[in-house]
Amino acid sequence: MKLGFTPAEEEFRAECAEWLNTQMAGEFADIRGITTLTEKAERRKEWEQHLGAHGWGCIGWPKEWGGRDATLAQQVIFAEEYARAGVPGRVNHIGIELAGPTLLALGTDEQKRRFLPDIASGKTIFCQGFSEPNAGSDLASVRTKARLENGEWIVDGQKIWTSLAHISDWIFVVTRSEEGSKGPKGLTFLMMELDQPGIEIRPIRQINGDAEFNETFFDGARCPADSLIGAVGDGWRVAMTLLSFERGVSTLGQQMAFRNELDAIIAASKENGAAKDPLIRQRIAKAEIGLRLMRYGALRMLSNTDHASVDGAALTYKIQWASWRRSLGELAMEVLGQAGEVTDHDGYEWPMLPNLFLYSRADTIYGGTNQIQRNLIAERGLGLPREPRGDA
Amino acid sequence: MDFVFTDEQRMIAETAQTFFAENATSERTRAAMATDGIDHALWQAFCQELGLSGIGIPEAAGGAGLGLVELAIIAEAAGAQVAALPMLGSLALVAQAIAAGGSEAQRSEWLPALLSGETIAAHVEADDLVAEGDSLTGSSAFVAHGSAAGLLLVSGAGGSWLVRADAPGVSITAQTTMDQTRPFARVELAGAEGEPLADPHAAAKAATEAGLVTLAADGLGLAQAALDRTVAYARDRVQFGRAIGSFQAYKHRLADMMVEIEQARSAVYWAACAVDEGSEEAALALHAAKSFCADTAFRCAGDMIQLHGGIGFTWEHDAHLFFKRARALQTLLGKNDWHREQIAAMVLGETA
Repeated sequence: MKLGFTPAEEEFRAECAEWLNTQMAGEFADIRGITTLTEKAERRKEWEQHLGAHGWGCIGWPKEWGGRDATLAQQVIFAEEYARAGVPGRVNHIGIELAGPTLLALGTDEQKRRFLPDIASGKTIFCQGFSEPNAGSDLASVRTKARLENGEWIVDGQKIWTSLAHISDWIFVVTRSEEGSKGPKGLTFLMMELDQPGIEIRPIRQINGDAEFNETFFDGARCPADSLIGAVGDGWRVAMTLLSFERGVSTLGQQMAFRNELDAIIAASKENGAAKDPLIRQRIAKAEIGLRLMRYGALRMLSNTDHASVDGAALTYKIQWASWRRSLGELAMEVLGQAGEVTDHDGYEWPMLPNLFLYSRADTIYGGTNQIQRNLIAERGLGLPREPRGDA
Repeated sequence: MDFVFTDEQRMIAETAQTFFAENATSERTRAAMATDGIDHALWQAFCQELGLSGIGIPEAAGGAGLGLVELAIIAEAAGAQVAALPMLGSLALVAQAIAAGGSEAQRSEWLPALLSGETIAAHVEADDLVAEGDSLTGSSAFVAHGSAAGLLLVSGAGGSWLVRADAPGVSITAQTTMDQTRPFARVELAGAEGEPLADPHAAAKAATEAGLVTLAADGLGLAQAALDRTVAYARDRVQFGRAIGSFQAYKHRLADMMVEIEQARSAVYWAACAVDEGSEEAALALHAAKSFCADTAFRCAGDMIQLHGGIGFTWEHDAHLFFKRARALQTLLGKNDWHREQIAAMVLGETA
């Protein structure tokens, strides 16, 4: 058991930090420190391409597909330094962390050739079409239909909560391709180009005034017959494979962004005197402990190559960070007091900490609510009997 | 970066888990609770047959070498059985202090006796200690396993001294203690002769590090065992025509226990590694691990009682052993709020 990094890895860390800081101090200074997902989207697409052009697009991928064959430790280091340097989140994170790895695992050679280099170079931005209206966390209750007609898939239906669809180029969609099938059976996983007449995207305004999520409507939308990953009717397995990539290295980058948020709270508490309050001090300490334990939980999860065993850290990670961050938002408002409830902006736009307070209410909902997570932990992690399920 | 057990560590864990599961049975622990809180036969077997008592003590000082990660592995396994053993006082606090801060003579006199289990040692933190030369006067009412100790390590007034329990001026009175697996004794010193440790600073540092890791790991083992036993009960116990573990109100609470425990596991091994690797994070990690694990242990032990219903409230069931041990973890070596206050001072940049 070893937590420290080797001298060679520390050298790589210095290289990452230097390159990232140079970019953020120079050509891309205008996007440094952005914390929402939608701000300056066009500039951030340029940033994606800049990353790709310098070989930093997706360093964990194989070299032949635009990656660097980076070791796990190197990926951890890059993710941490990326966030530490105040570089805004990747607008193509779905492409890099979900679509790409799914194609690497299950795509045909032709599909890999067609998509992977463009994702790596930042030219193709992906979003995901899983959730549907009224389905909530019941991911398998897909109603969006797909039928094969004259060598094309024709798709009708609606997806919701499609993050960043309005700035994306492609979407992967879980569709019901077998008439009358139920639940996880009869589903097919399709990749579709968004810029076409049969697709309409409507942003949804959120609790914080921002609109990063969308409703996406499919009305006779089309894609070629070979746009599927896996086999016809095999979409559930593909979707589950894809979701298994979600516990990757990016969690560490996410934590460094959390670090920035907690640091902002600490700074605010020192400035307005809240740091003298013993109760606030306890909450700051608890937040600090929780953040550190997330980091070491993630490292434990990543170090564990025994995938056959049920990895408790991985199962509990989502609820852990989501609950932690929601508490952090509440702590931020407690530190700011009423000053946190007003903003200088003309529009309903919030600075980092009040925005954190509002946005973090989504954290315990998307990607599986805390309640769904508890069921998963209890059933998969602890082997308890399944919750009785009604007929779909 | 490789935050996972090595093969050797996995082997130590399996050995220790098997040893304590087989030997530190509820029956034996209860028998020990009725006396001085120590299962002496188990302690002898642990020290002499298993050969793990010297872990965390350098080989040069007569120990088995290795580090706090391995010490944590053992403490976790013992904690899972709520074993009635003087591991905290004898090995983590006193043996570590002597190994790190004792003179050559003190090490060769005391370490073999402590590591073989022949002598049991206890740590006396005396806030009111007055030292006139090496003549010590002061007291502490909360000396874990003090009644069984042949050797006392007395700390206070800026120094540390070894005091024989049978020396003139030493009186030790057993206390009726809520946690009978780690009973306190009142120790009073009235001009008792102490032998000063050569380097009290190094001694205190080593003892604190090993002590906090041991307590955190003890709490981790305890919490995991509370969860495991409650899960087993949840699968077997049928009410309203279903295993109670199928009810959301029940299973969600078990899931919450697991979420806490997984963090506690990261905390213990982070702290142990940070000390072993000499990381600058070590102090913060130790405060974090102790406070987080003690809270986790208390919550899980409390939930264990609640989720067992009436049987969990009885003397017959083991849940109360877990609950009382967990309560003691809250206060040993500093309350959790105190540890968090240390962290707050660090992150707010108030410490030098």
